[in-house]
Amino acid sequence: MPPKIPKSVKGPGSTVGAKPSKIIKGRQKPREEDDMTVDEYGEDYVHGRTLVRPDDQLDLTETELKEEFTRILTANNPHAPQNIVRFNFKERSYKQTSHVEQIAIHFALDGNMLHKDSDEARRQRAKAGMGEARSEIALSEAGEEEAGDGEEGEKEEAAEAPPPKKESLRNQFNFSERASQTFNNPYRERGTATEPPPRANFSSTANQWEIYDAYYEDLQKQEKAKDKTKQVPAFKKDDDKTKKKLVALETTSDDISRVTKASKIVERMVNQNTFDDIAQDFSYFEDASDEFRDQEGTLLPLWKFSYDKAKRLAVTSLCWNPKHVDLFSTGHGSYDFTKQGRGMLLFYSLKNPSYPEFIYSTDSGVMCIDIHPTYPYLICVGFYDGSVGVFNVKDKRAGPVYKSTAKSGKHTDPVWQVKWQKDDLDNNLNFFSVSSDGRVVSWTLVKDELIYADVISLTVDDVPAEGPDGTQLQLLGCGTSFDFHKKIDYLFLVGTEEGKIHKCSKAYSSQFLDTIDAHHMSVDAVRWNPFHPDIFISCSADWTVKIWDHNYRHQAMFTFDLNSAVGDVAWAPYSSTIFAAVTADGKIHVFDLNINKYEALCEQSVVQKKKTKLTHVEFNPAHMIVVVGDERGYVTSLKLSPNLRKVPKKKKGEESQGIDHEVEIAKLDKILSLVREPDNKDKK
Amino acid sequence: MSEVEETIKRIQSHKGVIGIIVVNSEGIPIRTTLDNSTTVQYAGLIHQLTMKARSTVRDIDPQNDLTFLRLRSKKHEIMVAPDKEYLLIVIQNPSE
Repeated sequence: MPPKIPKSVKGPGSTVGAKPSKIIKGRQKPREEDDMTVDEYGEDYVHGRTLVRPDDQLDLTETELKEEFTRILTANNPHAPQNIVRFNFKERSYKQTSHVEQIAIHFALDGNMLHKDSDEARRQRAKAGMGEARSEIALSEAGEEEAGDGEEGEKEEAAEAPPPKKESLRNQFNFSERASQTFNNPYRERGTATEPPPRANFSSTANQWEIYDAYYEDLQKQEKAKDKTKQVPAFKKDDDKTKKKLVALETTSDDISRVTKASKIVERMVNQNTFDDIAQDFSYFEDASDEFRDQEGTLLPLWKFSYDKAKRLAVTSLCWNPKHVDLFSTGHGSYDFTKQGRGMLLFYSLKNPSYPEFIYSTDSGVMCIDIHPTYPYLICVGFYDGSVGVFNVKDKRAGPVYKSTAKSGKHTDPVWQVKWQKDDLDNNLNFFSVSSDGRVVSWTLVKDELIYADVISLTVDDVPAEGPDGTQLQLLGCGTSFDFHKKIDYLFLVGTEEGKIHKCSKAYSSQFLDTIDAHHMSVDAVRWNPFHPDIFISCSADWTVKIWDHNYRHQAMFTFDLNSAVGDVAWAPYSSTIFAAVTADGKIHVFDLNINKYEALCEQSVVQKKKTKLTHVEFNPAHMIVVVGDERGYVTSLKLSPNLRKVPKKKKGEESQGIDHEVEIAKLDKILSLVREPDNKDKK
Repeated sequence: MSEVEETIKRIQSHKGVIGIIVVNSEGIPIRTTLDNSTTVQYAGLIHQLTMKARSTVRDIDPQNDLTFLRLRSKKHEIMVAPDKEYLLIVIQNPSE
């Protein structure tokens, strides 16, 4: 098909270019110029374009070329008449019209196309109706021009020849396709380097305990997290805040205070080194000379306890801690009526003899103390001014946690002894006190106050004294000591200043079960035997120590004269027959009835200065030592030599633990039977 | 004066006590009664030793812990009480 031929002209190559030139020549005779331009055009792709000059171009000189000609193109028609006038009827004169037709028509041609819907088209169609087929063929053979001239309205024709229609209309004769490539943007590499993150070498060895710690910490965290989730979120925030505050407080607190515990440990170590010899003696020394002395024993002085502020304050009471056997407390005050003043409550440990563990200062002299057997941090105290109080060592307070006042039934005279009792029915802690105002009072710790109840009023059971105006006065007895029966709850003994010992019951407040005229002077101490339920011991300022059977009120089982006022007497916790007494001449007497019923096995002065009175003695519940207090404020610990702690030999294979109560009771009974018999004879 | 201060003062007043050093967890002495060079020497060495001792105890049983360390030498006894963050070192001449 002829229209397709120009396509091949595209190629600028000589071989391809030859053919089309011939064909073009054949069809139409173009000028030589045209042919050349085609060729040159093709070469243009390769070489730069050269200027082509037509032959008939004028040759102009340089100056002529440079000369400028100004030409202005206007839309005015130069041939249009400028002077057209018209007659104006209004003004009755000729007037020049300003509007002149400027259009100049150079060429006009009426087209032969007509609208297919127009009347003319319809008429023509009707005329050509018969020769439709012929026209179709003519249309297909003719070029595009003819197709364009022909009726476009024929749809069939359009459907029949779609390929030629797709071809875009081109100049068949002088067509060339030009293409050019734009420059590609040159590639450019660009890079930046960020600052490298800081690095550090870390190495560590993990050992078993570090792993354990890590896990333990994690576990605690998990538990905490659990707890937190349980809490209300609002509270959580508060918690965090308080925690932060706490942390802040901790960090600001004094650094050195964090070694509190360590410093205490070290202080004990230093003391152990300083008093190394004593510590060795305490643990291992046994007086070898005892073996050659058949009966007598000795006391080896160990540590001496003193505190600067408690010097010249008599030791008025001693009490071992039931839980920590190395810890004991001392009460300091004064027995001298004329020299009353402040008092002290101190806690010493055998591990640190140079300084008390706890220190409490009181306004009034401490006269007696007792440590609670099940709550060893609670200490009840009786004061010279008649009040009683309870100290709590756990509490950081400087004073007592409970204290009786004049309103709450305090004694009117010094309190001579206090003693914890079993918890009452409501499980409240309670203790008893005895005072020289003649009352025995029970104190109950309820919440934050002390509730008192008079248990008994001591009376002198003789005929009431006659007053100056003939009235009869009931004289009050002055209680100085008491002790509660180990087995029978209600039973207790009260020693009085008059030398009497009353056997009382908690149940009867007005009456004594029994009264014993025990001593001629005030009874300083009365104590039940820790093993035998019937036996008790008493001591008095009348220089005597007496042992009683509470069923035989008329006469003491034993009486020992110690040649000086006896301040205190105490049974040994390991034997039913051993007891120790301290006297005003600074001596300590240790007896073992099982060995000698008449004399002390040991009579030893333990004070440095003569005239120093010993006031109290107490056996350690576990170790073979006693502590004695004197009126100058010193407390001395003494080790009992083997002769002073003889216990019945156990049978072979009977390695029983601890103390055999049956054996101890039997031992004391055996001795007592010797004494009782003459008694019975007398009665007969 | 705080309780600890008093305790430290009492320890210092004991016969034979040569010096007291409080060392923090990094082995840096915080308080001392000795001269500078001795303190630094003691603090560094004892801290290392204590950490090693503690590590040993805990390696044997992770639930266990070192409570204190006493070193008896010909001349002295060095007592070390490690607390949570601090180390209390006391040097004593027990034969004095």
